[in-house]
Amino acid sequence: MKLKELPIEVEPLAGAMPVFRASIAAAELQEICVAARGCKARLVALWGSDETRRGAGYALHLALAFPSGLLWLRAPLERKDPRYPGIAGIYPAAGRMQRAYADLLGIRPDEGADERKWLRHGAWPGDAFPLRKDFDPGARFAQEPDRYPFVPVAGEGVHEIPVGPVHAGTIEPGHFRFSVVGEKILRLEERLGYTHKGVEKRFESMTLLEGAKLAGRISGDSTVAYAWAYAMAVEGATGTEPPGRALALRGILLELERIANHLGDLGYLGNDVALSFGFSQFWRLKEDLLRANARLFGHRYLMDAIVPGGVARDLPRPEAEGLVRMLEAMRREVVTLQSIYEDHAGAQDRFIMTGQVLPELAERLGLNGFAGRASGVKQDLRVDYPMPPYPQLDPRMISHTRGDVAARVLVRFEEVFESMRLIEALVQDLPPGGTHATIARAGASACGVGWIEGWRGEVLIALETDADRIHRLHPHDPSWQSWPLLEHAVHGNIVPDFPLINKSFNLSYSGEDL
Amino acid sequence: MYQLLKQIAKTGIVTEPMPNPDEALRATAQRLGEAILGHFGRALAIRHVDAGSCNGCELEIHALNSPYANPERLGIRFVASPRHADLLLVTGPVSRNMETALKRTWEATPDPKLVVAIGDCGCTGGIFGESYASCGRVSNVIPVDVAVPGCPPTPAAILQGILTAISSGKGR
Repeated sequence: MKLKELPIEVEPLAGAMPVFRASIAAAELQEICVAARGCKARLVALWGSDETRRGAGYALHLALAFPSGLLWLRAPLERKDPRYPGIAGIYPAAGRMQRAYADLLGIRPDEGADERKWLRHGAWPGDAFPLRKDFDPGARFAQEPDRYPFVPVAGEGVHEIPVGPVHAGTIEPGHFRFSVVGEKILRLEERLGYTHKGVEKRFESMTLLEGAKLAGRISGDSTVAYAWAYAMAVEGATGTEPPGRALALRGILLELERIANHLGDLGYLGNDVALSFGFSQFWRLKEDLLRANARLFGHRYLMDAIVPGGVARDLPRPEAEGLVRMLEAMRREVVTLQSIYEDHAGAQDRFIMTGQVLPELAERLGLNGFAGRASGVKQDLRVDYPMPPYPQLDPRMISHTRGDVAARVLVRFEEVFESMRLIEALVQDLPPGGTHATIARAGASACGVGWIEGWRGEVLIALETDADRIHRLHPHDPSWQSWPLLEHAVHGNIVPDFPLINKSFNLSYSGEDL
Repeated sequence: MYQLLKQIAKTGIVTEPMPNPDEALRATAQRLGEAILGHFGRALAIRHVDAGSCNGCELEIHALNSPYANPERLGIRFVASPRHADLLLVTGPVSRNMETALKRTWEATPDPKLVVAIGDCGCTGGIFGESYASCGRVSNVIPVDVAVPGCPPTPAAILQGILTAISSGKGR
């Protein structure tokens, strides 16, 4: 069949989401990307794989989101000199992804691209490629100095402030290089990769069932989104259909994760503008929610609650109704807190017009998730490609156009309320029946895709199996797209507003560093 | 302002008693008081270092600072620099990309100092193990006094780990 938007021969992939697969020649990459961009398709992910044990060379993979579904493109690359025409000029978000797979797999875009390393620091040499099949995962190399070439900014009165990787707060490690004049930020350059712990290589030593636990630990705050995406990919690859009740429960789990993260960040956003009242109040509510999670699902952050085939634990009716009552009481409190935030002149003064990302830039760089929606990028997988349990719920997409901290705060508040409504609706119509289906046997080399609107944005898992083992698995965090936007968002702001702007996005390090 | 004050009054004080209020723990808490007095002058300053975690343990360290646990009532406070710290709370399998930074943070912390490794990964390397990219457990990189298992450990378990480190009264 042909893709609706482009004249490419595609093959639909089994699974919950509309996904199409196509093989193209590397030489066609740029032309296809230009055409895709022309019909408003966005770049979801770029990665690579080693096919040398399957009698080929390497392969470059792209995931592009079209209105009709996700297109998974695969371009074979030569074994000897695995190069391809880079696409960062068409999709700027591809830049860091191209650099990452030059580090990990030795596949490189043609000249003209940014050739600096990205995930590699000094732990392995530039001529060793961890994701190649002949690379020993246990190999240990002597640490070499990192010597990362930051872009220098010169001029009268310009100076640099290096921050991290060990930060002042309890957050993940990364390095931020600020070039400032006085208090004003002229330029921010990010250097990530500090939490690279070999996740993709680790997956390749696992069976399809073992991988679920690791998927839930790619980014701890998005464990539900990743576990669901992983389960969806395995179910697609094996042709397993989880029962309706399990899908409804997954919906409840995902919305609980969204609420918990938004509550925590709304608390910190108060804290960062010296309204510590907000921190205490929201973290009290978040703790109540975490305790309910532990009681109902056996884990405060819902880790391992979703498993391939279904969910690990049922939610009996009385408990489900208790959860709805608790959320209703919590909703009333959040309404009060929202009006306090909105009436607080000091807080609003710090929120409004701080860390602004305008819609045009957000769209061009591929900002997605709640931060994208706060910058006018109207995308939400739950709305755009509603799959069970979402179709009958009619989820409301919350968006704003100002793209500042205040807009992200507003979208977070509204999403908390909407998620509460969704959970209530899911509980009301919880289908009867089992909560788990046995995973069917996978074919010799099957593919599956998981694609979930996590609290931060879209999470993708692209899976290729080797019987019941993982041949290649790429987990993609929305932070890949959002991190470069943060560099833009802080431009012209004062240094003391950086923590506030950063928290308003709250991006994942571990999810990108892998 | 009225609404804010009303909300504070309505909420009241939610701080809970110490975790596991049994006799053994009470002794620990009391010893903590003495130990802090003896070693750290009435206050324990903690610096958290994420050495490669999935961010799960960080969530629980944040939750530890919620008003329910409120560790500041014990004189425990999180500080912005290792140079101000008595104790390092280290999470993660130590990624090889954080190995040097963790060692430098440890060196920057003045003596006497304590190290508490947090989470299954901090204790054993966890699901990530040791590899080209991961050094595994924290004690493979810096000396560790107490290791708190869990994926992630609850705020109460983290607090208990901190209290255990302190009550050994060792001070490296």
